[in-house]
Amino acid sequence: MARTLSMKDAINEALDQEMTRDPTVIMMGEDIVGGAGAAGEDDAWGGVLGVSKGLYHKHPKQMIDTPLSESAYVGAAIGAATCGLRPVAELMFIDFMGVCLDQIYNQAAKFRYMFGGKAETPVVIRAMCGAGFRAAAQHSQMLTPIFTHIPGLKVVCPSNAYDTKGLLIQAIRDNDPVIFLEHKNLYASECDVPEEPYAIPFGEASIAREGSDVTIVTYGLMVPNSLAAAETLKKEGIDVEVIDLRTLSPIDMDTVIESVENTGRLVCVDEANPRCSIATDISANVAQDAFGALKAPIEMVTAPHSPVPFSPALEDLYIPSPDRIAAAVRKTMGA
Amino acid sequence: MSDLITPILMPKWGLSMREGTLAAWHVEEGTEIKPGDEIMDVETDKIANVVEAADGGLLRRCVGIAGEIYPVQALLGVLAPASVSDSEIDAYIGAFEMPVIEEDEDEAPTHEIAELGVGRIRYASRDGDGTPVILIHGFGGDSDNWLFNIDAIAADAPVYALDLPGHGGSVKSIDNPGLGTMVEAVIQLMDHLLIDKAHLVGHSMGGLVSGQTAIDHGGRVASLTLICSAGLGNEINSDYIDGFVSAANRKELKPTLKHLFADQSLVSRSMVDDLLKYKRLDGVQAFLDTLRGNLFSDGKQAVGIADGLSSLDLPIQVVWGEADAVIPNSHAAAITGAKVTVVADAGHMVMMENASRVNELIKEQL
Amino acid sequence: MSNPFPLEKDGLLEAYRRMKTIREFEERLHVDFGRGDIPGFVHLYAGEEAAGVGIMMHLQDHDRIASTHRGHGHCIAKGVDVKGMMAEIYGKATGSCAGKGGSMHIADLSKGMMGANGILGAGAPLVCGAALAAQKLGHDGVGITFFGDGASNQGTVLESMNLAAIWNLPAIFVVENNGYAESTSVDYAVASDSYVDRATGFGMPGITVDGTDFFAVYEAAGEVVKRAREGGGPTLLECKMIRFFGHFEGDAQTYRAPGENEDNRKNRDCLKIFRAKVTEAGVLNDAELDAIDAEVMTLIEDAVAEAKAAPLPTPADLTTDVYVSY
Repeated sequence: MARTLSMKDAINEALDQEMTRDPTVIMMGEDIVGGAGAAGEDDAWGGVLGVSKGLYHKHPKQMIDTPLSESAYVGAAIGAATCGLRPVAELMFIDFMGVCLDQIYNQAAKFRYMFGGKAETPVVIRAMCGAGFRAAAQHSQMLTPIFTHIPGLKVVCPSNAYDTKGLLIQAIRDNDPVIFLEHKNLYASECDVPEEPYAIPFGEASIAREGSDVTIVTYGLMVPNSLAAAETLKKEGIDVEVIDLRTLSPIDMDTVIESVENTGRLVCVDEANPRCSIATDISANVAQDAFGALKAPIEMVTAPHSPVPFSPALEDLYIPSPDRIAAAVRKTMGA
Repeated sequence: MSDLITPILMPKWGLSMREGTLAAWHVEEGTEIKPGDEIMDVETDKIANVVEAADGGLLRRCVGIAGEIYPVQALLGVLAPASVSDSEIDAYIGAFEMPVIEEDEDEAPTHEIAELGVGRIRYASRDGDGTPVILIHGFGGDSDNWLFNIDAIAADAPVYALDLPGHGGSVKSIDNPGLGTMVEAVIQLMDHLLIDKAHLVGHSMGGLVSGQTAIDHGGRVASLTLICSAGLGNEINSDYIDGFVSAANRKELKPTLKHLFADQSLVSRSMVDDLLKYKRLDGVQAFLDTLRGNLFSDGKQAVGIADGLSSLDLPIQVVWGEADAVIPNSHAAAITGAKVTVVADAGHMVMMENASRVNELIKEQL
Repeated sequence: MSNPFPLEKDGLLEAYRRMKTIREFEERLHVDFGRGDIPGFVHLYAGEEAAGVGIMMHLQDHDRIASTHRGHGHCIAKGVDVKGMMAEIYGKATGSCAGKGGSMHIADLSKGMMGANGILGAGAPLVCGAALAAQKLGHDGVGITFFGDGASNQGTVLESMNLAAIWNLPAIFVVENNGYAESTSVDYAVASDSYVDRATGFGMPGITVDGTDFFAVYEAAGEVVKRAREGGGPTLLECKMIRFFGHFEGDAQTYRAPGENEDNRKNRDCLKIFRAKVTEAGVLNDAELDAIDAEVMTLIEDAVAEAKAAPLPTPADLTTDVYVSY
């Protein structure tokens, strides 16, 4: 059990193990193998950041490089999912969802309902998300609320390598379409990851840190940022609980409510833009269902209502920092 | 002069422990301490426990402050005879190199792997002299159940703690697992490690496995310590067994685990999370279902070893937590001629809840 | 007299039955919708039957089709239950999709019908997936996407043609060219004069046939389906055809030339053309065809009666079947 793996390698291992277990699992995407049709080496890239490196040689029939045609290949993955395959389509960056969104939100998300419960669409659409990569406005977004808004989709955004492997395996085995979002600035983060395959059920938040004074609810890169804030606050005598939602649809409101009932204070931390975000959704739910437990107004720490800027000087301000999170926590404590 | 000075260090419990909170001192400066005395409480994110003195001596200085977090191996206290001056102690403390918490430290693996006939078996080992001790955990457990015991016992003998088939880091895909599979794993590991004869210490189902090993392979077992053991009576708490097997999430598992301890506050989030991680590995659910069916279905134990053990010419002791809510402590008397100790204020996980007493009993048996 | 047709008598009767069923289904909807019996809106396939049936006569259940907003004809031709369809269009719990899809989303995956689709051109990528699945799973199924001259300009269609060509997929791109994208003429909206040229640009063969002639469609489709099954890759098949009704029911069709609809009904009705050919050749006679007409009329009458009598979905159905599990 005790073996350290990066999130990037955890994704590779999950894909490898699932393609081995089930030959109907296929992977499609731009340059996921790399060098297709070119004169040089095959498996030249293994994805733009090398996430799928090596999988082509193990599973040559299950790894398919695509042309730059997101509508066509994401749609094909969805169509194939209704015909007996379990495709994992990789979209490189979540920002590219715009060019194939119809296939996701009008097709995959709606088949089961529109067809009276007779369709299953076991497709996974993976994409890197998040800022901090100096990649500017069209390669850095979160966009999570766009997908949680749509009934029929499941939305996953893990914060560590252990969760990533188990949630990706669950995503592949799941019979509904899953949007699987990987924060690119977490790819190098490591933790203990079992070598064996395992699946983590959706809709179960994890308590990344137990605490009694304030509840932080967050996901993705904001989990380590919130944990860093919690360490700072501990020195000030503020005991922070950090809830890592892990899956945004379904969402584990029970764990959130239970925690807020214990602490009486809530800070929602969301790297997405602030309007109609995960932060506003959690805030509204808690205000509705646990208002009586609140000892202070809910705080939200989010990106601003702006595109992601390029200049490091601006991008570092854009991403909610441990300092901003700590300040919001102090505010709920009346400090 | 400093060879008269003995440090008290932050212990390391289990593989993942990197730091611990010194929750409280039980002794004051100026106290004469004996080895095994309870000197302080330490808490990790996994478990809280009392720390026993590894060495005896006069406690000259409490370096660690209650409530603070220290890395493993940090200096918490200083033992030295009265002949050592305060300035020498100050110098010792000043020169002590405090370890830093390394996130990516390359430490030697504390577990090893053996590829055996039954499949892959993971085990932890501690070097020592004499007849080895093999620690065998119970249903759903693993070698980490012995994290408060393995180092203490290693002072007197080599120690091995294995993960039984289907558990921990050992093979998960096993055809119709039962008692025979487990006994076979113990014997194959002994063969692999060139251990001719060992003291077997078994907890719960591991007690059943230890006893059956002694019955089937008489010459290989030097003594038996059966802790809250299965196989000594009919009853077993089906709420626990069935609850453990069926629990799919934190909410379901946590109340089930409370059956294991007299002090239920010991069931930490981290303990629950670690068990969920185990239960979610591919193959584990099917394994547990089948094993339960073969050994513990409908709140009854399928196999009894009391009679078989009563007729063996072997040192046997039975240890029980008085407040055991999984297997009743009335089973402790089942083996004719065995030494019986019932430990107060402890539940089914008595070797965790009162590690010092259990360690003492195990060592007496060697 | 010898049979000059590529189908035996049974096959000819079956083709006629399917075309006639579509025609009566749509004619009946035209009337009932006008009367206000049917919620929402419907797009009718009447006039285009020879294309759908001429292609579908080559397909089996493991062949997949993706249809359009004008999907009733494709459904019937592919074997979807007519009564279930009618109930669906009436929004009833007994409908093909339990009343949750309606006219534009009728599907029956067990029959290889991947759904009518409210998004134009959306079926093309889906069918590439179906064809890819056939390839990977090692069966000889084909995927056929239908789209109109309007949706032929969608990026999804063009991307999918490229994808199918580079992966040599058993996919067939059927352009149902009825001359109008809603109200807009193909002459205005499609730059290329020839879909065959467009296919050539994507590295696949293209064929244009008279979509009002069942036999022309049947023979061309036979060739392209066979090629796809045998690993020969994708083809574009253009069927030039006639839409008897407007884009949707209620469309005043003021964009049409004066007399256009009357001329179409009189001279370019695929059912009349079919009947004339098979009876003139002496392979089928009017009595045999009239008998089918009568059976179809009864089927449609029963379908409407049953749909009207069927229960509505219950409030509990509102939120079921969003996910397999959630």
